[in-house]
Amino acid sequence: MSKFRDLVIGTALVSTLAAAPALAQQFGLGRAALPEEIAAWDMDVAPDGTGLPAGSGSVEDGEMLFSENCAVCHGEFAEGVDNWPKLAGGDGTLDHDDPLKTVGSYWPYLSTVWDYVHRSMPFGGAQSLSTDEVYAITAYILYSNYLVDDDFVLSNENFLDVEMPNAGGFIVDDRDQSEAHFWTAEPCMENCKDTVEITMRAAVLDVTPEEVSEAEATAKAELKAAAEKQQTAPIAMPDPALVAAGERVFRQCSSCHQIGEGAVHRVGPQLNGVVGRQVGQAEGFNYSPGVKKAAEEGMIWDHATLDAYLESPRAVIPKGRMSFQGLRSEEDREAVIAYLRNYN
Amino acid sequence: MTDQSQPSTTRRGFLKAGLATGGAIAAGGAAQAAQEPDPLITEIQPWAQGLGDGVDATPYGLPIEYESDVIRRNVEWLTADTISSINFTPIHALDGTITPQGCAFERHHSGAIELRKEDYRLMINGLVDRPLIFTYADLERFPRENRVYFCECAANSGMEWAGAQLNGAQFTHGMIHNMEYSGVPLRTLLEEAGVKPEGKWVYVEGADASSNGRSIPLEKAMDDVLVAFKANGEALRKEHGYPVRLVVPGWEGNMWVKWLRRVEVTTQAIESREETSKYTDTLADGTSRKWTWVMDAKSVITSPSPQSPVTHGPGPLVITGLAWSGRGAITRVDVSIDGGKTWQIARLAQEGQDKALSRFYLDINWDGSEMFLQSRAIDSTGYVQPTKTQLREVRGLNSIYHNNGIQTWWVNANGEAENVEIS
Repeated sequence: MSKFRDLVIGTALVSTLAAAPALAQQFGLGRAALPEEIAAWDMDVAPDGTGLPAGSGSVEDGEMLFSENCAVCHGEFAEGVDNWPKLAGGDGTLDHDDPLKTVGSYWPYLSTVWDYVHRSMPFGGAQSLSTDEVYAITAYILYSNYLVDDDFVLSNENFLDVEMPNAGGFIVDDRDQSEAHFWTAEPCMENCKDTVEITMRAAVLDVTPEEVSEAEATAKAELKAAAEKQQTAPIAMPDPALVAAGERVFRQCSSCHQIGEGAVHRVGPQLNGVVGRQVGQAEGFNYSPGVKKAAEEGMIWDHATLDAYLESPRAVIPKGRMSFQGLRSEEDREAVIAYLRNYN
Repeated sequence: MTDQSQPSTTRRGFLKAGLATGGAIAAGGAAQAAQEPDPLITEIQPWAQGLGDGVDATPYGLPIEYESDVIRRNVEWLTADTISSINFTPIHALDGTITPQGCAFERHHSGAIELRKEDYRLMINGLVDRPLIFTYADLERFPRENRVYFCECAANSGMEWAGAQLNGAQFTHGMIHNMEYSGVPLRTLLEEAGVKPEGKWVYVEGADASSNGRSIPLEKAMDDVLVAFKANGEALRKEHGYPVRLVVPGWEGNMWVKWLRRVEVTTQAIESREETSKYTDTLADGTSRKWTWVMDAKSVITSPSPQSPVTHGPGPLVITGLAWSGRGAITRVDVSIDGGKTWQIARLAQEGQDKALSRFYLDINWDGSEMFLQSRAIDSTGYVQPTKTQLREVRGLNSIYHNNGIQTWWVNANGEAENVEIS
């Protein structure tokens, strides 16, 4: 083959021949992929519906599922919490100064929503939703964008009938044409402009992160030492600095949990006295079946269990309703545990 | 902090000390005679008398503590959490072109997972004659290539579309790294499976929860895309996709799928989340460009820069920076010290390499007056890096991605530098 290639290089035929199927070398490596394996991994859904499994889900079911699985980050009405993505709203803002890009205002294909919810959501619990649940949540997201009515049921049958408002809002990369003037023959080298005036300064805006100072580094090391102490001697009162650090980390928990004097149940139970007691014991809170089961099995919120639960709630209580993705940082978990212990 | 014999472990401490010394030298002008003998020379120092660490003190070496400020940094307000987030390479403190893995920027969509080689599987399926599964050990048996490529996040400099925001080259331009990859051409694996004539695209995805799927035209997949398992000679770091990632030369970093687990040959683009709701560029009229894969030619002066001020006063000064293009090699870099009134051709440390970082230098004799430093890259296709004004004229302010406009550092007479925009 190489001989043949050498022969034609330099002739006008090269480009035509290169487009023909290559006579590739086979190495005989790897093994055949089994149908079950392909089915397990090949789950992408294309805009024309290729790959979409049979199933259906209603806006009504989707509202409940969204509240349980998605609202902690995306808000009850898909309006977004803090910096987490907003999934609804923004209609007509794409040509504004600060466009709001949501499923309703921006996403061109419904397949993308279904595919992404199916494979990657909820955050920290990917692929835990059934096919029908994904249809229901997708239907609810459409509803939250006023694209369907509250009695709508989305299915593989009517999937392609849904019109996405910004479907026609995209063009294929045209930089070669629209920016052809950036390919300039010879850029200016001398007397390119008369004056240079500062029009904007980053220091005035002042949003650059500060590096860690020595004092902060020392404080961090002390916290780490206190956390290690807590692990080896969990009976002692928590270190005040660790409790203070935990209070900061607990802000992530506080949208669902209250603690301290006057704490009441919200999305999650109030957490006074939780450390050391049996799971699922906050009076008057309607626990999920997963937590109830753990309670029946005698699970105790000791240091090790709390630590594992805070790292990955679903790993400890798989059917629990806490849709928090977990605290990756051991320091953060130790700090929160210290903070919780402070209210025992 | 004033005791100069004590090494400072923080950058700010170092800068303060350096600026103080620089000021003193500056007052004296050119090289001056020492006022009194230097105790570092006249007194026997502990390191010249006692013993250092033995071998194996650190079985895998880390930078010495005095370099502890040369680290990746995150901009907290950018993202909701650090699991789906990005940090920045400390390009202001590096030289040469190869980025050490340990400080090369990270971008995760669902966190950096830990996947053992033994548990690694790569599936090739879709429009192929033989859907195949490869283990890591299988991949090691295919003929391998070594190539140096830059990987730039499409959002690099994205915070600067509306004006100067972040004060440091690390933050404005640090979503980039440049490594030597060892791996198997994707073409080899696709040919092993046999691509059917109707196959026009490949859809690639990772093994993490986000999967980060992207569609790539078959033409590119059969051209220079690598299935890489080593970077800079050693295993990929977990944060860069250990044990196997995709390398898509010249194209936006999001397509360099980490923990690569599947390549599907398809007739069409899948239009995943990462190629519709993200990594598309909204223009002023509200329409958006999609499939903007190639990274335009771009450059930045890494020193002097806000995190790397001039500490030595007037006299010889090394101005240096990085340039790159997703369309080919860098052929020339121009540098201006007067905000673009006049330009000089900088010296390339070596001939520009295809889709890899180039290091440039301009060695000047600084007179101590303020400077507006700019650099302008030109690539092998004749593309000239535009000004931010030129870019905004075409794209408006809402593109987020692909901001390759010319950066300006304002260096004042004290040698301090700031990110500014100028007329």
